[in-house]
Amino acid sequence: MKSCRNVLLSEWLAILLALLVLSGCSMQSSPILYPKGPVSETERDLLLLATAIMLFTLLPVYLITFWSCWRYRAKGKGAYQPDWHKSIFVEVFIWAGPLVIVVAISILVVIYTYRLDPYKPLVTGEKAFRVQAIAQNWKWLFIYPDQQVAVVNELAFPSERPLNIEITSDTVMTSFIIPALGGQIYAMAGMTTYLNLRAYEPGRFSGRNTQFSGRGFPHMVFEVQSLSEGDFSQWLDKVKKANKRLDSISYQKLLKPERKHPVEYYSWVEPELFRQIIAKYTGASGALPLQKPRSLE
Amino acid sequence: MLGRLTIDALPLYSWIAVGGALVTVMAVLLTALIVTWAGKWRYLWEEWLTSVDHKRIGIMYILLSLVMLVRGVIEAIMMRTQQAIALNNEGYLPPEHFEQIFTTHGTIMIFFMAMPFLTGLINVVVPQQLGARDVAFPFMNSVSLWLTAAGAGLVGISLVLGKFSTAGWTGYPPYSGIGFSPGVGVDYWIWALLVSGVGSTMTGINFITTILKCRAPGMELMQMPLFVWTAFCTSILMAFAFPALTVVAALLGLDRTLGMHFFTNELGGNMMNFANLIWIWGHPEVYILILPAFGVYSEVTAVFSKKRLFGYRSLVYATMAIGLLSFTVWLHHFFTMGSSPNVNAIFGIATMIIAVPTGVKIFDWLFTMVRGRIVFHPAMLFTIGFIITFVIGGITGVLLAIPPVDYLMHNSTFLVAHFHNMLIPGALFGYFAGTQFWFPKAFGFKLNEFWGKVVFYCWFIGFYLAFMPLYALGLLGMPRRLEQYTHPDWQPFLLVAFTGACFVLLGLFSVFMQFYVSIRDRNENRDLTGDPWDGRTLEWATSSPAAPYNFAVIPDVSNVDAFWEMKNKGEAYHFPDQYKPIIMPANTGAGVLIGLFGFLVGFAFVWYIWWLAILAMIGVIATLIVRSCNDYGEEIITSEAIMAIESQRKAQLMSQGKL
Repeated sequence: MKSCRNVLLSEWLAILLALLVLSGCSMQSSPILYPKGPVSETERDLLLLATAIMLFTLLPVYLITFWSCWRYRAKGKGAYQPDWHKSIFVEVFIWAGPLVIVVAISILVVIYTYRLDPYKPLVTGEKAFRVQAIAQNWKWLFIYPDQQVAVVNELAFPSERPLNIEITSDTVMTSFIIPALGGQIYAMAGMTTYLNLRAYEPGRFSGRNTQFSGRGFPHMVFEVQSLSEGDFSQWLDKVKKANKRLDSISYQKLLKPERKHPVEYYSWVEPELFRQIIAKYTGASGALPLQKPRSLE
Repeated sequence: MLGRLTIDALPLYSWIAVGGALVTVMAVLLTALIVTWAGKWRYLWEEWLTSVDHKRIGIMYILLSLVMLVRGVIEAIMMRTQQAIALNNEGYLPPEHFEQIFTTHGTIMIFFMAMPFLTGLINVVVPQQLGARDVAFPFMNSVSLWLTAAGAGLVGISLVLGKFSTAGWTGYPPYSGIGFSPGVGVDYWIWALLVSGVGSTMTGINFITTILKCRAPGMELMQMPLFVWTAFCTSILMAFAFPALTVVAALLGLDRTLGMHFFTNELGGNMMNFANLIWIWGHPEVYILILPAFGVYSEVTAVFSKKRLFGYRSLVYATMAIGLLSFTVWLHHFFTMGSSPNVNAIFGIATMIIAVPTGVKIFDWLFTMVRGRIVFHPAMLFTIGFIITFVIGGITGVLLAIPPVDYLMHNSTFLVAHFHNMLIPGALFGYFAGTQFWFPKAFGFKLNEFWGKVVFYCWFIGFYLAFMPLYALGLLGMPRRLEQYTHPDWQPFLLVAFTGACFVLLGLFSVFMQFYVSIRDRNENRDLTGDPWDGRTLEWATSSPAAPYNFAVIPDVSNVDAFWEMKNKGEAYHFPDQYKPIIMPANTGAGVLIGLFGFLVGFAFVWYIWWLAILAMIGVIATLIVRSCNDYGEEIITSEAIMAIESQRKAQLMSQGKL
């Protein structure tokens, strides 16, 4: 009898172990659990720390549930006291317990919300690399104001410099994320939002829009390349050699809704284009012409 | 003449859509046919549709909700199937169809499954628990029901005529604006919400008044059953939160129909106002859905642990605290909109504070079980399943309330898993538990317990299989509302989630199987005492089903578990020699008419049929005026009639040895 139970137990353990291994393996592609930059790493650590703290609520709940179901079942050994309905000791415990945990996590919230404020520039020895991102249907246009080039659906930057991204939308609201590097922020027409990110080392990651925005939403993704200094200047040369230029006229053509838009390089971009796009919706001077919205259904 | 309504409105864009339309039309025709064949139209009209009896209104609410549950679950299965196969391909659903389905699934489950279900339970139970004969405003109750049904009808007819919105159940502009979504879909969504939202607001007002003014003599607020407390809190939230939804839907409607610019990109519109307004309703809404289920759990735990509820005061304070706090956290739905860290941190902390009263409630239920004698009735299984599952949802909820964590997880399937983790165990399990628990009170016979357990295990296992993979997928970076994807490592998880959805489908089938078996075997499972579970609160003092007037003599209350106390003192049942006549509200068709006109108003605005919109609005107002001028809104139940009903009740109790 006992051996039978042991066999069963070991079998269960084996299954459990197998499941753990399996889940471990398949989670390895998780950009969130295996971050590639300091922002996402801090965000991940916070996630794990808070989860660990909260296991202190999970455990008593599970223990009391299973223990009371067993002990106070119809044939259980527990004493039946139908009128037991209050106990100062228990009341203090059940109010104070969750409160202590919430206070602990609230302290984390205050510390980390300020530390990980996406608008706050990252302080490193290097000057931040500026990029302007514009959400369109259904692609991302990246303007590199200091290099005076623009690229569709590809974000490249020198790996040793922090990234400073200004984000807006020239269509519906979308949300900009590079999970491996951290953060997420909405892109809204007529407004600018900011993300400050950094990569630890050269690498390729993916970024995307996470806010449903119509037919092309599943493919509204872009590749992120964190490049060594040499690779970055090579990449920049390649872009500079492209024969397309982005001015206010070619920009209007780019606005046409398109699914699975390929990566496209513009060797020159009109200065102030980002500001002119925002001005379309705010009525500021120098705005690009406002087009009628097109059906995205 | 017919505005935008042309032959193009037929859903010929995909075979699956045609199928959906046919099934809808057939279901309606078949129901009509069966009623005609049985010759029951008159009975249906006189006894049910025009009824202002809170018990019947409650049952009709729950019927509506079950029909909607079927549609919602089928949509869930369709989405799971699509995502299980759509790796590097289009799957079997055209994009426009998939987009409609994720919108209708959310809209239906929140507004037309959960809302009617909880309103139905509150209707059936609360007046009886209060020792009242009806709600404060019986006619308004009927209007609320028919406006809710009208909203559901609008979502239903969108399957046959035109398309539904593709903007998701929260309908965020500017996508949902007329420029980006020129079709009728968003208008269907707006009008379904507007019409049914008025009904919900009135339900809230009705039950606040009922609970404050119609309690049995002697029942102090701190002696009300916990379900009444949660219903009270939910009603307050309904009355205060739903107007915000009505306003925001109306403003979006003005943008779309009259070319205004509240939420457009250009000309000063600002979609951030929409996000604020809809979540000022939307977060309290979560508690509107969950609190009544908490009430059910409180009643079920006490009765099936055969023990007085632990920490009654704690539970009451926790409930009211949750109600108050629910209005202070809406911004956590858009931490990623670029608010300053001050704002985000404050709303993050406010959100977490709600975890304290919620945790207290969980422990109070657990300590009710401690030192009890637990009976594992299906209702109790749902309660235990809820406790161990809800805790996980609570943890992931607190995680999402930490703004920097939310930056990573927002809009991902982690979020989808989280809110299903709150709403399936937190709300739906509670409604199911309530159904298992109060069914005999509503119909006079008990539900089959074997099938009740099957329902529980299917939903319980199905839930874990369907949503735990979504947590993992969120960590893998999968966003919500994805019609196809290119990551092969997501697919195994999506296949597991699909299996889970199949279990849920099995669970849904078991719900109806349980009804079928229970109705078939009703004669063996009659509840002749009115008190099948050795109950503690006043609803068990009435017969099952209760007489139209509930209580021939209004009881006097002096304690928390009023009926338990009466039974202990041996005063549970007493039959005077004479009864006073009782005045009850008379049935009226005005509620049905207002619902019908409400439906037509919505339908006409959706399709720009202006003459019909004007006529239907005149119809609503005229019906209200005519009804208000009617001096004969009541009927009298004579002493003799009461005596006849009560003698029968006495004989039944004697046959069961209760007297």
